[in-house]
Amino acid sequence: MTTLLMALFLSLQAATQLGTEEEARAQDLMREVRCMVCAGQSIADSDAGMAVDMRRFVRERVEQGQSDREIRDALVERFGHQVLMRPPLDSQTAPLWIAPVAFLLLGGGLLAATMRKKKR
Amino acid sequence: MIAELGRFLIALALAASFAQLVFAWKGASRGGSGGFAEAGRLAVVAVVVSAGTAFALLIVAFLQSDFSIAYVAGHSHIDKPLLYKVAAAWGGHEGSMLLWCLMLGLFGLAISRVGPADPALRLRAVSVQAILQLLFFSFLAFASNPFDRLLPAPVQGADLNPILQDPALAVHPPLLYVGYVGLSSAFAIAAAGLIEKTPGRALGAALRPFALAAWTALTAGIALGAWWAYYELGWGGWWFWDPVENASFMPWLLGAALIHSAIATEKRGAFPGWTVFLALLAFILSTLGAFLVRSGVLTSVHAFALDPERGVWILGMLASAAVGGFALFALRAGSLGEGEGFEPTSREAFIGANNLLLAASAGVVLVGTVYPLILDMSGGAAVSVGPPYFNATATPLMIAALVLLPLAPFLPWANGGARAGLAQMRAALLLLPVAIGGGVLIWMGAPVLAVIGGALGLWVLGGAAMDAVGALPAARTRALKFAVAGRALAHAGVGFIALGAAADASRPPELTRALVPGESLTHAGHTVTLEDVHRADGQNYLADRATLRLERGGILQPERRYYPAADQNTREVAIRTRLSGDFYAAIGEPRLQPDGRVGYEIRLAFHPMIWALGLGAFMIVLGGGCALYARAAGRVVQRRRVAGETAARGANS
Repeated sequence: MTTLLMALFLSLQAATQLGTEEEARAQDLMREVRCMVCAGQSIADSDAGMAVDMRRFVRERVEQGQSDREIRDALVERFGHQVLMRPPLDSQTAPLWIAPVAFLLLGGGLLAATMRKKKR
Repeated sequence: MIAELGRFLIALALAASFAQLVFAWKGASRGGSGGFAEAGRLAVVAVVVSAGTAFALLIVAFLQSDFSIAYVAGHSHIDKPLLYKVAAAWGGHEGSMLLWCLMLGLFGLAISRVGPADPALRLRAVSVQAILQLLFFSFLAFASNPFDRLLPAPVQGADLNPILQDPALAVHPPLLYVGYVGLSSAFAIAAAGLIEKTPGRALGAALRPFALAAWTALTAGIALGAWWAYYELGWGGWWFWDPVENASFMPWLLGAALIHSAIATEKRGAFPGWTVFLALLAFILSTLGAFLVRSGVLTSVHAFALDPERGVWILGMLASAAVGGFALFALRAGSLGEGEGFEPTSREAFIGANNLLLAASAGVVLVGTVYPLILDMSGGAAVSVGPPYFNATATPLMIAALVLLPLAPFLPWANGGARAGLAQMRAALLLLPVAIGGGVLIWMGAPVLAVIGGALGLWVLGGAAMDAVGALPAARTRALKFAVAGRALAHAGVGFIALGAAADASRPPELTRALVPGESLTHAGHTVTLEDVHRADGQNYLADRATLRLERGGILQPERRYYPAADQNTREVAIRTRLSGDFYAAIGEPRLQPDGRVGYEIRLAFHPMIWALGLGAFMIVLGGGCALYARAAGRVVQRRRVAGETAARGANS
């Protein structure tokens, strides 16, 4: 009766229990996998049912001994590339990865020009 | 009645803003004195009084639970605790826009009272501020009026999002808005300076205190938000590189760049164009942040008020401010003049590098936040840009800034030369604790990022301490003392934040297990036993509260709450704070165990030295406060000196 309100949420699920190192690897992976029904959260940071399922998916794969890459590929195959929080490098996403370098070069050039011009 | 009066007051504030624009403009053109100037100054007061009264009325409407007002009905509930009835006045879109407008008026008032010393420039800035007020008050009056009626009135309200019902979140938005909107005053002064053809050096001096005040408040606001995310979202994260966080982080980074470049501009006349450009850009990015958060183009854990139509309005205001500001800059940047030369080992050069790195970080955050939207809207690939991207791009830039930071205060202006060598010797001394700290971390098996962050944190802290020890005794006036203390405090705060972030990167993976009362669990050297779970309902929610006994003594009581009005679950974590770190416990869903008993998901996490983040933010805010005080004290001294000279001249003649 004390759990009146939560009885609704009762579920029977045998959770996968991993060793410490495996769990650390699983949690690192979870932090870079996006919860597809949430607002920009990773599955490590979400209470949504889908995040719970995806966490279980990751833990099971880790338990089966799959590599990070294999697990990522399996997720991408199911959900598309937006499931990963790190965008890939291809022709469409190139601006994302060029931007930091471009800003540095542009700004550095400006700074150097300011210094040189003023020395004269 | 309240609603009608509120609408009238908003209209009045809009009209008064127009009067402020016209009168202050004419007053500025007549040298900043005379009848028009006086009328302009009065108009600002009228704006503040009208908007302030409207805001007070909105709070009264919340206290009365007047659900015939749509905004109140959407964000309140009879059973809600008093504090959150008041805080709901700025908890949603319309109310927070009213607060935004009120702040615009208040900063207009601040400019008119303590703004630039040159009266014409001051009044011109008041006039430019009025343009911004007009934009936002129109938006408030015509597209998001908090006093819009909802008829027939519902008997009960929809309640404020339960995760917002939190003391930290009650003060977080006002602080954040002081920061966002405060940058408008730097924008207004910069634009006014371009109109008045004020020399760059004077302009840098005029806008610096406003940028400093805004940036300090923004720091406090962001820190409160991060703290709230840490304990309220129930996952122990404090920074998610989430779009809404990024929206506040961009102006913060640019503000940080601005308060440094403005120093170089004021003291040496260096980077005049860049300083003015930054002042314009920082507020534009603030508005962009508002657009991203309010328009619904982004989804985020922090976004609580969405409406696509309003996005068009905000985009319009954004475009007006950006086009106006940058066109003015393009036309008049030449009048700012150029500074004197400097060497690569001078303080100017280091401030330049600081600005390069901070602005590049802001650029990366902007691209990472906006580019996926552009890609998506143009029919391109759907990609997610999250923490792994920002950690790979923006974080290295900020790390590079940390490397340079401690050296800058030791470097002389203009010609690096001989004294720079001395600075490098002192720097070498600093490397000792860095090497020891880094070594210890590596020995402890900490991850690479933690080692780098930890070593750099010590490096920055050591630099700040040496700066304080070296420069404080040499500072003769009170203003100088506070200026040095502010600098050292803020820099030390940055060091603590680096340490805290590094410690956080080395935290052990969290542990989640279903426990039946009576069972124990060990995590990070702490053993806890679940004693029982019982109901602990509050004024407007139902809750299950777990009692966890720590073997080392003490109990933790995390809760899982259900808010019926909003039909939402939240988690109240329990945290035990020690110098070594926070032991963090949360209760999740009940789980039926294979043996038929009911267990509860208990999540345990250990956050080593997480207090360093809070301390760091506090020191930065304190440092900002000191620097502002130094500024005010210096001004008083200057005024006295001018008054004294005038008096002496009077006596001589």
